[in-house]
Amino acid sequence: MVAKKGGNRGEDAEDELKREPLQAILLADSFATKFRPITLERPKVLLPLVNVPMIDYTLAWLESAGVEEVFVFCCAHSKQVIDYLKNSKWFGQPNFAVSTIESHDSISAGDALRLIYERHVINGDFILVTGDTVSNMPLIQALKEHKERRRKDNNAVMTIVIKQSKPSSITNQSRLGTEELFMAIDPGTKQLLYYEDKADDRKGTISLDKGLLMDNASISLHNDKQDCYIDICSPEVLSLFTDNFDYQHLRRHFVKGLLVDDIMGYKIFTHEIHASYAARIDNYRSYDTISKDIIQRWTYPLVPDVQFFGNCASKLERRGMYRASEVGLSRSAQIGPFTVIGNGTSIGSNTEISDSVVGEDCVIGSNVSIEGCYIWNNVTIENGCKLRHAIVCDGVIMKSGAVLEPGAVLSFKVVVGQQFIVPAYSKVSLLQQPVIKDSDEELEYDDNSSGIIGIPSISSTPEKLNDQFGTKLSDSQRRAGSEVGDGGVGFIWSLGEGGHEEEWRHSVAPIPADKLIEIIRTATDELEISNQDGNFLPPSGELEPDSVDNDSDEDARDDYSYFEKEVEATFLRAVHENVKEDHIILEVNALRLSYNLTSTDCASALFYSMMKLASDTPHDTPGELVKNVATVITKWKQLLKDYLSSIDEEIEVILKFEELCLESTKEYTPLFVQVLHLLYDQDVIQEKAILDWASEKEEAEESDKLFLKQAEKFIQVCINILK
Amino acid sequence: MDFQVVVLAGGFSKSLVPLVSKEVPKALLPVANRPVLSYVLDLLEQKNLKDLIVVVEGESAALAVSAWISSTYIDRLHVQVAAVPEDVGTAGALRAIHRRLNAKDILVVSGDLVCDVPPGAVAAAHRRHDAVVTALLCSAPVSGPSDSGSSGAKDKAKKPGRYNIIALDPTKQFLLHIAAGAEVEKDIRVQKSILRAVSQMEIRADLMDAHMYAFKRSVLLDVLNQNETYQSLRRDVLPYLVRSQLRSELLSNGVQSDENGNGTDAMQNIKILPSQLLANASTPSFHELFALGPDGSASMTRKTHKCCVYIANKSKYCARLNSIQAFSDINRDVVGDANHLSGYSFSAHNNVIHPSAVLGSKTTVGPQCVLGDGSLMVDKCSVKKSVIGRHCRIGSNVKVVSSVIMDHVTIGDGCSILGSVICSNVQLQERVVLKDCQVEAGFVVTAGSEYKAESLAKQEKL
Repeated sequence: MVAKKGGNRGEDAEDELKREPLQAILLADSFATKFRPITLERPKVLLPLVNVPMIDYTLAWLESAGVEEVFVFCCAHSKQVIDYLKNSKWFGQPNFAVSTIESHDSISAGDALRLIYERHVINGDFILVTGDTVSNMPLIQALKEHKERRRKDNNAVMTIVIKQSKPSSITNQSRLGTEELFMAIDPGTKQLLYYEDKADDRKGTISLDKGLLMDNASISLHNDKQDCYIDICSPEVLSLFTDNFDYQHLRRHFVKGLLVDDIMGYKIFTHEIHASYAARIDNYRSYDTISKDIIQRWTYPLVPDVQFFGNCASKLERRGMYRASEVGLSRSAQIGPFTVIGNGTSIGSNTEISDSVVGEDCVIGSNVSIEGCYIWNNVTIENGCKLRHAIVCDGVIMKSGAVLEPGAVLSFKVVVGQQFIVPAYSKVSLLQQPVIKDSDEELEYDDNSSGIIGIPSISSTPEKLNDQFGTKLSDSQRRAGSEVGDGGVGFIWSLGEGGHEEEWRHSVAPIPADKLIEIIRTATDELEISNQDGNFLPPSGELEPDSVDNDSDEDARDDYSYFEKEVEATFLRAVHENVKEDHIILEVNALRLSYNLTSTDCASALFYSMMKLASDTPHDTPGELVKNVATVITKWKQLLKDYLSSIDEEIEVILKFEELCLESTKEYTPLFVQVLHLLYDQDVIQEKAILDWASEKEEAEESDKLFLKQAEKFIQVCINILK
Repeated sequence: MDFQVVVLAGGFSKSLVPLVSKEVPKALLPVANRPVLSYVLDLLEQKNLKDLIVVVEGESAALAVSAWISSTYIDRLHVQVAAVPEDVGTAGALRAIHRRLNAKDILVVSGDLVCDVPPGAVAAAHRRHDAVVTALLCSAPVSGPSDSGSSGAKDKAKKPGRYNIIALDPTKQFLLHIAAGAEVEKDIRVQKSILRAVSQMEIRADLMDAHMYAFKRSVLLDVLNQNETYQSLRRDVLPYLVRSQLRSELLSNGVQSDENGNGTDAMQNIKILPSQLLANASTPSFHELFALGPDGSASMTRKTHKCCVYIANKSKYCARLNSIQAFSDINRDVVGDANHLSGYSFSAHNNVIHPSAVLGSKTTVGPQCVLGDGSLMVDKCSVKKSVIGRHCRIGSNVKVVSSVIMDHVTIGDGCSILGSVICSNVQLQERVVLKDCQVEAGFVVTAGSEYKAESLAKQEKL
């Protein structure tokens, strides 16, 4: 850091805070596809959250927390985001500079940060957030801690904000619909030591490196914390992303990379907030949860009846109901608790609305029942419709009697036909579901493939929108209509890779009770299974060495048979293509090295290949077979001898031959002595090897001595020769 | 108290060669001139636990221990000495004597424990939670010379490898994970299911399992019978109980043998919970919450059992004599920092010199020393931070620093003994210099020899 020279460090810190304007990077792209199909037409940060675009919450919080300069990184629908910001009041604030950085080819947060690094706009510690963060936390304390740590230890590059939140014991997901998070934190220094968010459920244990306990006498493991995705970073973070160009995801790559690989000793710390609110909209469930939190005023001052930039205040009434000034409400309509009704909306008679958000200029007919829904702007709901826990985007028309079952999402301008029932968890869009080309790429949106050129910004008037869509939809309208009922327009998307099974996890609808019971049941089963497993677990919880040995034994055997096959193939190629002996030796040696075997194995494998070749060569009588063997051995004995450097290898060859006679090529059984003699004559094996083999066999069982007896005379000859 | 006490006195511990011998099994090794076993027995006696079973490995060792106990504690304690075969392990020893166990709870104490933690505290913690096992944990001792301040950092660095890795719940009452530091290969593996139930756990490397356990008898016997391969309490039985605490199979099996009316767990929980709430007692433990099932109804009760810990206060002394280093450390501490354990009354010079010991002129005995009865020191000797046994004859100009000298040792003139252990009946001739050595009983060190960090024993034994 720059300010290190001064005498009084405390003063320095304050100076520093004053001198350098506090900067923030706001990623206006989540680089995820969780909000599809809505995000095909509008970027996630501009989606209304309790009638205010998400990005306004984030910017309002950053401003109130003392951030002076914000760089908004736009990628998907960058034009829409920039247009929105230009027309908003955020540009031109006296002490709050908002500028945009546009990119068209970033596919991850990593790319975004690398691009920002190249721009050289960040010159001190900065706040890194995404544009879907809702928070009211003060940053001063966290920043102070971060800077103090930095002064002591230059490697403390990042402070992440966490909050108490116990995941459900049934579904193992947090109330925000995110996966449960396991963290290990040093209780004294608050250093983050372990981070696991994509929990692998099959693994019942968390593995902490033993080295962690070398440095820390105690560490705390947490399953009750939530990551707020608010990070206070030092400039090194940007350069780290540039140095490690494969880092894409902030948590999965960057945090894990720093924790596991221990790069340069960089450290990450945590800051836990207790009283204030911080959460990120990651999926439909968190959209629902955070909306309710806003309505219930946990996010004060970011609540509907307090005017902050971009929204028009509504009035808080009894039972947590917010109503804008101009609402056309029928006398007989019942507006339930925790509901927000936007400006210019009219509601017909006998309509019941509860726990819902209704946007601006909506027309809701009579006898409509709405519960737990998020209805955006300019929506028309005709008489007798029923909506449960659904998201209805701008400009949707629901014809009379249509029904939305829990978890349904209607994207922009969808028309639901009369009496049509949209099934639970279905997503309806005017756009056809893109064919999944490459699942690796987590693109929120691809400018060219979506097929829409001039996406209207939300400042456009409804008429204009209708015109544009009217021309474009002419062709597909009829086809699409059939999917959402009579007179409807839209495609029902088939469910994503997760399938129907997983949809309930991240939907706006509460998890159905029968699902919960099902999970409890499977969980108990699993417990029982793991219980049984537990009994087999060796006492210390480590793998027993025995079992490892068994595995490796099997591997070794497998290895040898593969090796033998490869050697045979090599040899046959040599025979048929007249490859030079030297080359075969080279190839066999290479094989030997890659399988990690000895030259004895090479000898026996080569011998096996030769005998196989001899027996495969057509022959009628045993005599001809012996001739074949003689030809092959004569031709290739040099090669074989190359591997017969000692008596041991020669014995191995005899043993291999024995095995061959007994198992694979029974033809040789009566010819054992003849072939043995042949090998002896060709100088492939010496008398000593035969005698050693014989004495080795002496002690074997009677059944194994079959060949020994056959060769008795020959052995006698050998003995005499040696004498 | 309905507790039965089992003292596991071990046999001839291989890690203590050459200090142990046929005549002196591990339990009888002297700590400040008293057998180490006496520290445990005295501790139990103080707390009025007088009905004991002392389990010794090996017949000859059992005879030696038995003879010593009957001579020392004849009117004070009611002790049964049980001999078990060698190398059966701690679990095997309990299995061998299971017929003698009849109380509801069993307190198992290692015979090599030197500590001043009242066993009653462990027993009370055990009873309070109705646990299946309660273990005594103490701060891991700092090994090596503690007086040199600089070694503190160094010791800290090598500490974790040797002691336990222990996971506790935030209230520090329940044991969630235990592993011996030395046995953990690379990773510490913590069960997610337990972490989920408890939300937060603390993993610590600065605690040591002191080998004092309270077990529920029915559970202990079930585990021992069901798992015949279990050898060690520390390595097998305790980890098994800890591992399975949220999916217990024990209490349901143990019902018929459990004469103390421990019913099924489900029944118990329903009984406990309202009563706790009414009595405004502490909030239910995570075990009880977990047992009630995620929906809070009693329909899906799960079986759990509790593994508790009692963490000794940092000011308490607690050490196990299980290595030569520990032997030296404990001797040093018992005459030094933890001298209330030794049972001697220290003089104004902070040392103990038996009245019958004879000191020559200009011989100085420094603080933190114990000199046994009948020992003789000739002129100009200097003894610092050492223990000298009974009837030793020490020549002139001998220096003894930070060492343990057992009984009947003869030391010639001009010897220098530093950081060493010298067993009974050893003869050191003139001008022997020993540094960090162990000398086997009866060994003769020839004049003028110098040894450093060696173990001196008779050849035929090797």
